[in-house]
Amino acid sequence: MSKKIAEAKAPTISPILRFQRWFGRNLIRVYMFLAFTYLFIPVAYTFAFSFNDSGKSNLIWKGFTLDNWQNPCGAPEVCNALANSIKIGLLATIFSTILGTMIAFAIGRHKFRGRSTSNLLIFLPMATPEIVLGASLLSLFLVLHINPGFWPTVIAHVVFCISFVVVTVKARIASLDPRLEQAAMDLYANEFQTFRRVTLPLVAPGIAGAALLAFSLSFDDFIITNFNSGTVITFPKFVYTAAARGIPAQANVIASSMFFLALAIVIAGQILNRRKAR
Amino acid sequence: MQKIRTPYLLLLPGFAFLFTFFILPIINLAQTSTQTPLSGGDTGQYEQTYRFGNYIDAFVENKEQFGRSFVYALIATLLALAISYPLAYAIAFKSGKYKNFFLVLVVAPFFTSFILRTVAWKQILGEEGFVVPTLRTIGVISDSTTLTSTAFAVVMGMTYNFLPFMTLPLYASIDRIDPRTLEASGDLYANGFTTFRKVTLPLSMPGVVAGTLLTFIPAAGDYVNAAILGSPNTKMIGNVIESRYFKIVDYPTAAALSFTLMAAILILVTLYIRKAGTEELV
Repeated sequence: MSKKIAEAKAPTISPILRFQRWFGRNLIRVYMFLAFTYLFIPVAYTFAFSFNDSGKSNLIWKGFTLDNWQNPCGAPEVCNALANSIKIGLLATIFSTILGTMIAFAIGRHKFRGRSTSNLLIFLPMATPEIVLGASLLSLFLVLHINPGFWPTVIAHVVFCISFVVVTVKARIASLDPRLEQAAMDLYANEFQTFRRVTLPLVAPGIAGAALLAFSLSFDDFIITNFNSGTVITFPKFVYTAAARGIPAQANVIASSMFFLALAIVIAGQILNRRKAR
Repeated sequence: MQKIRTPYLLLLPGFAFLFTFFILPIINLAQTSTQTPLSGGDTGQYEQTYRFGNYIDAFVENKEQFGRSFVYALIATLLALAISYPLAYAIAFKSGKYKNFFLVLVVAPFFTSFILRTVAWKQILGEEGFVVPTLRTIGVISDSTTLTSTAFAVVMGMTYNFLPFMTLPLYASIDRIDPRTLEASGDLYANGFTTFRKVTLPLSMPGVVAGTLLTFIPAAGDYVNAAILGSPNTKMIGNVIESRYFKIVDYPTAAALSFTLMAAILILVTLYIRKAGTEELV
């Protein structure tokens, strides 16, 4: 009876509309929850199994232990691989950030002949599948009789990191207000002073972001590394080769620590930005 | 005078580097692809004979893997688009002050090693994981069905691994949409679906194009997912190139396959960009 009255009072709200409203309000939240669950399942799994009292092969849950976290170098090859990855990552980040930032300034700040060709040259490495990048560099090194190893890997990483640095820094330069630089010039700053005191500090967050991106790309790269590293074992390469015979739980410890470290850096950066904005 | 030279001086070191370690290697790869085994030489020794038949041989021998690479990459790209679009939309329009937090969450899984996450999927979907026994108990799959070592696992792995490449550009372009355009559409009596089809989707096209490219290109050349989650029956062209290089030391075939892969992707990408009509990308 009361149901009938309600329908009579609001005849304009059709069930379809009501469903749409409900959809707008709740389904999208449910959806976000499901999507993030999907994204985080393997991360949670990796984290959980870092506490596994597993012995050599970390396949089945055998009991809780803190040993792996207290002794992350218990499997020494894991730590060697990690050290290599960090060294290669830092070198690749430094070189690609410097070269990429220079290119970004040239393209973002100047009009010159060959600008669109330059843009194309930056886009091409991103449009080339990693396996082709890796394989072509290896074939060059073979022709030049350079053995794959540490430095060839660094070079290979710089090749694919440069484009990402250019794109990131260029976006930051494009978002700058040109009037700030004009103001500096009006106040009798010369070109170099303007660049050092005004432009560079404003672009710096973009450069820092680009460097972080370059490091994480380099650190996690497997395909290109696999082609050019020879006998040098990086962390992803170690995990890949160990996958067949069982990955030590220490690898989970390192991957989980990297996850929390990166998350901490990103959150700290966000807080810093918000403080500056105030 | 000084001003004209500045951009070129800035470009010089980076472009010299890219020329030496990107352009030259590609040229070198093209040369290697037409070489033939040195008569009387050891394995791994080749001489330049400009044999373009290498390409035909390599393609005919591996057309199955080529087809598989493109089909898998296409399905993974479409799945990633279907999963990412609502997610990017929700982050851009429905999450208020938590926007940045959710964006960090999208990228965060990236910080755990890509290989380790793929291995984790293998174990989750494997015989010892919890998914297979559960599905068997409720009768969705039969006792003999497995999830790992299947095309399903490979495509799922690729969808998962490249998802942020899809979500981030989608978010960037959806976030740029002025919510007032959506309100205006509603005021003009368009229902939710019409608004989406006529306003939201066209305005987010640059993100759709960028996202599909950033997902499809690495997916087509990938061999890690197929190696970890697949079986010999799910081998992709990347697996063939890898084994030609390292196990068989057949550089010319590997080079011809790499070059064909790159050319095929470049042609597809060009056609796609033309069709989608976005020039903002480059």
